[in-house]
Amino acid sequence: MRTSRSRSLAYSAFVVHRISGLILALFLPLHFLVLSQAIQGQAALDRALRLTDSPAVKFAEWGLVVLLTLHLVGGMRLILIEFGPWKGARSGWITATVFTAGCTGFLFLYNLVI
Amino acid sequence: MTPSTHPSTDTEILVVRIWRGTSTGAFKTYHVPRGESQTILDVVTYVQRELDPTLSYRFACRVGMCGSCAMLVNGQARWTCRTHVSRVLDQSLTLEIAPLSNMPVIKDLATDMTVFFDKWAKAKGQFQGASSRHEDFAQIRPDSPQRRAADAGIECIGCGVCYSSCDVVAWRPDYLGPAALNRAWTLTNDVRDTQHLERLRAIAGDAGCHACHSHFLCTERCPKAISPTAGIAGLKKKIGRMAVKGEL
Amino acid sequence: MTQDSIRQARAWYWQRISAMVLAVFVVLHLVIMMYAIRGGLSASEILDRTQGNVLFGIFYGLFVLACAVHVPIGVAKIVQEWGGISPSVARGLSLLFSILIVGMGSAAVWGVSVR
Repeated sequence: MRTSRSRSLAYSAFVVHRISGLILALFLPLHFLVLSQAIQGQAALDRALRLTDSPAVKFAEWGLVVLLTLHLVGGMRLILIEFGPWKGARSGWITATVFTAGCTGFLFLYNLVI
Repeated sequence: MTPSTHPSTDTEILVVRIWRGTSTGAFKTYHVPRGESQTILDVVTYVQRELDPTLSYRFACRVGMCGSCAMLVNGQARWTCRTHVSRVLDQSLTLEIAPLSNMPVIKDLATDMTVFFDKWAKAKGQFQGASSRHEDFAQIRPDSPQRRAADAGIECIGCGVCYSSCDVVAWRPDYLGPAALNRAWTLTNDVRDTQHLERLRAIAGDAGCHACHSHFLCTERCPKAISPTAGIAGLKKKIGRMAVKGEL
Repeated sequence: MTQDSIRQARAWYWQRISAMVLAVFVVLHLVIMMYAIRGGLSASEILDRTQGNVLFGIFYGLFVLACAVHVPIGVAKIVQEWGGISPSVARGLSLLFSILIVGMGSAAVWGVSVR
């Protein structure tokens, strides 16, 4: 018998924060690997960057940017909860998290195509 | 408790699934007539008195003061004497009643709260003063920030609803939990207490306040509108800073 | 026992401090990155701007260090709570992950800003 958590918005915020953090943590070494090809010269970095030209990779990059923003703004909410004056679960910040991530996702796509 | 004579409720039969067994067992289904102003505790009592005398459950005051009747109702920890059937019922007329989670089950709906209270003690949840009856009363302003912080959490009666609702308690068996930490917070804010340092040491770290991830389920479910999350946030900040400064 | 909890309390604290630092870095990085991807991404475009750029090197060097503090502490919590890993093994894994981030991150920053 487990307690149901479906009605807690703050719990959903936690899940998003943890999953996004985990995915970003796993992505980070890969990101460094691609960029460190520059050590071997411009041509080597270009080869690595060309691998990222496919729509699938672009979709993944969009996803990562959205996850990064979710984690960032969600994290700001947690800093306020833990260090700031007590104002409850700060659900306004949860709205701001989703909204900002949506904007960033849009801006990424915009800058990708112009 | 007789079924109401109101046309829309006097023939309704509730389908009630109740946990039978210990930590292993199964849900057993009972059929209970619906009544006016019926609470979940009324339902459980009806089952035990009219249908199945072998059902074990706890209650005492049945008026929302003692916290003994806490159980999982449709997956949520609540006081059953203060949960009206009409509030939690949907069209299927089905109810699911289980013992509180995160605790071993003694039998059916009664749980073993030993670990819950042991953690209270581990968190140094007892007041320790330096005065005796021969000294004058301590002069504490009720509107001081510390007293306000203590008063916000002081009404806890140890019902276990918050503890049962906490994910971190489920994930980390050694986590002290919201009730013990809330009590520690009230005592940390009690200027008369003399074991502040030992208490802060006892509740630091991943078995203590720093494991809380602010899911707020304890705060949402507390029948006395206490926010353990608030107290734990205060403790995290205070202890984190002291740990870095070497004051612990 | 208490030494462990004090260490855990410190880890909590430094994870939050590094989070505050990262908030600034990440916002700036997102802006820089969105600007960089305009009109496609090529090595020459990137390297022309970043190579020999001391400010760039310092910015991203500090970014890597902040990640090396923040990320492993979070991952250690996840593997303990959801993976059933013991605290000491989790601590070892997070130290390894931290070294990985510093190592690979430094290589990336070096490659792009110094070479």
